[in-house]
Amino acid sequence: MAKKLIMDIKDFSFRYAGAEKPSLMSINLPVHKNKVTAMIGPSGCGKSTLLRALNRIHDLYPGHEYQGKINLLNSSSGENENILDIKKENDFIKLRQRVGMIFQKPTPFPMSIFDNVAYGLKLAGIKNKTILEEKVVSALQGSAIWTEVKDRLKEDAMGLSGGQQQRLCIARAVALRPEVLLLDEPTSALDPISTGAIEELVTELKKDISIVIVTHNMQQASRLSDYTAFMYIGKLIEYNKTDKIFLNPKEKLTEDYVTGRFG
Amino acid sequence: MNRESIFKKVAFSSATLILVMLASIFVMLFISAKPAMQEYGWHFLVDSSWGKTIEVKSDKPLATQKSTTKKTINDENLFANEDSAIIPLSDGGIEDSGQPKNTITKIIYGGFIPIIGTILSTLIAMAFAVPIAMGISIFLSEIAPKFLIKPVGLAIELLAAIPSIIYGMWGLFYFAPIVQDIFGGDQISLLTAGLVLGIMILPFMAAITRDAMNTTPSVLKESAYSLGATKFEVVKDVIFPYAKVGIIGSVILSLGRALGETMAVAFLIGSVFKIPGSLTNPTISIPVVLANNFGEASGNMMSALFYLAFVLFVFSFIIIGTAKFYFLRKHR
Ligand SMILES: Nc1ncnc2c1ncn2[C@@H]1O[C@H](COP(=O)(O)OP(=O)(O)O)[C@@H](O)[C@H]1O
Ligand SMILES: [Mg+2]
Repeated sequence: MAKKLIMDIKDFSFRYAGAEKPSLMSINLPVHKNKVTAMIGPSGCGKSTLLRALNRIHDLYPGHEYQGKINLLNSSSGENENILDIKKENDFIKLRQRVGMIFQKPTPFPMSIFDNVAYGLKLAGIKNKTILEEKVVSALQGSAIWTEVKDRLKEDAMGLSGGQQQRLCIARAVALRPEVLLLDEPTSALDPISTGAIEELVTELKKDISIVIVTHNMQQASRLSDYTAFMYIGKLIEYNKTDKIFLNPKEKLTEDYVTGRFG
Repeated sequence: MNRESIFKKVAFSSATLILVMLASIFVMLFISAKPAMQEYGWHFLVDSSWGKTIEVKSDKPLATQKSTTKKTINDENLFANEDSAIIPLSDGGIEDSGQPKNTITKIIYGGFIPIIGTILSTLIAMAFAVPIAMGISIFLSEIAPKFLIKPVGLAIELLAAIPSIIYGMWGLFYFAPIVQDIFGGDQISLLTAGLVLGIMILPFMAAITRDAMNTTPSVLKESAYSLGATKFEVVKDVIFPYAKVGIIGSVILSLGRALGETMAVAFLIGSVFKIPGSLTNPTISIPVVLANNFGEASGNMMSALFYLAFVLFVFSFIIIGTAKFYFLRKHR
């Protein structure tokens, strides 16, 4: 029996509102549970577009068209649900609580460090102060930022460094205990030390959370990920275990890309 | 002299010019208002009699008194635009002491009614405009479908550009009867003036608030949505706090406009010196008093008008000053 898939993208195509050509064409991509899946490919190939389909954040803006299926495993029932069938706002909210997202630039909210992490929890209806506090603390600890912020929880989150802000955003997402965490080039705006901290954190997190990360840093993909998908102009060219992709790619295009011949 | 230093000097003097203008307006108002300030003091602010004739006893002999009231253009004309006139009493002029006593009449000015009228009409305008402007800008920045954003936004900008006198005319001929139908009372009233004032500042406030809200980075909103926030929660928790300074700025600018608005209010407030017993009664506001009376004012009345102008100036200055100071400091 194959390893469990938390998400499974089947024949997925996507066209932006008003765009002439689709940005994604017939993508087939599995996402393994408790593994890190990396998406690589030259800029503009559709990595972000695909990632943003996985929690349907695209749907904040009307008019996009998509086809195919994106299945999300319901861990308790063991059944697959096609997230593209979601129509009600309530179900979108549930989906986004299960599939969290981190962006390229850190996005702390204009509130205190504590409130940033507590925000999603409060939205989820947790009102009890002690429970909130417990969850915030454990999320901060789990995101390797606790020691840096524990004495300044009431301070404005904007006062943190870029790397700290990004880890705070991860803590904020992790606090909701999502099943999947999507990261879109989470370190491309950070210095090497902060990048190292985030990479370490991602490896930690995969014990509990399945991770999909977009990166155009090849070393990062090879260091972090268990599986890698190589995309090129809206198509998935090759998907495999990461070492296969980097050491023994089947496609010429993949080889050219991972060896740095273009990109 | 090179270009750089010329440029610097020009920029510097332009900046200085603003301060000089501000200071000179202040000084001019103060100097012109000074006689009234000395005459009426702080009591001016709470005195509701404007142009009221009162009798004051005078110890001075008639003749001297007459020579001091030199402002009369023609001696016999002792009418309303003169501040004080001496009327020798025909009888009862001789008291027990046997000394002849004169009673002079004097016209006194108090600013309470226009001050109250200004404050109330502005409050009504703000109470009406703020929630609706917020609603419009939330709609335009978050909720409206794409095809509506442009035309509605444009319409609002056009409305903001309409001269206030047109709002006044529209208010008088079309809006006032509607207000009367709904609330009763007079067509020309504090309420009508306040509401038209509110309608007038509404597009301005909505346009600036929308622009402030639109500065919220979309990733920030998306982050909140990714945590399971609803539209309402994103507006409340992300957009409002993020755009707070801009939003408050737009409210304050609108407040300033409402405070000083003359034409729209002049049409609608009634221009009567009466404390409005209810919101549907007519009254008057500071800018309207000034506009109506400067033409024929002289002496104490002129000075009293300057006193009112000074009050308005200080009032606007304090509001904008504290708001700026408080919010900008808090934001940094
Ligand atoms: N909002 C949008 N509307 C229309 N086209 C878009 C939009 N965002 C991205 N695209 C197009 O979709 C393609 C894929 O973009 P993206 O997913 O951002 O690439 P990547 O993340 O791999 O750099 C590009 O050709 C881009 O121009
Ligand atoms: Mg991208």
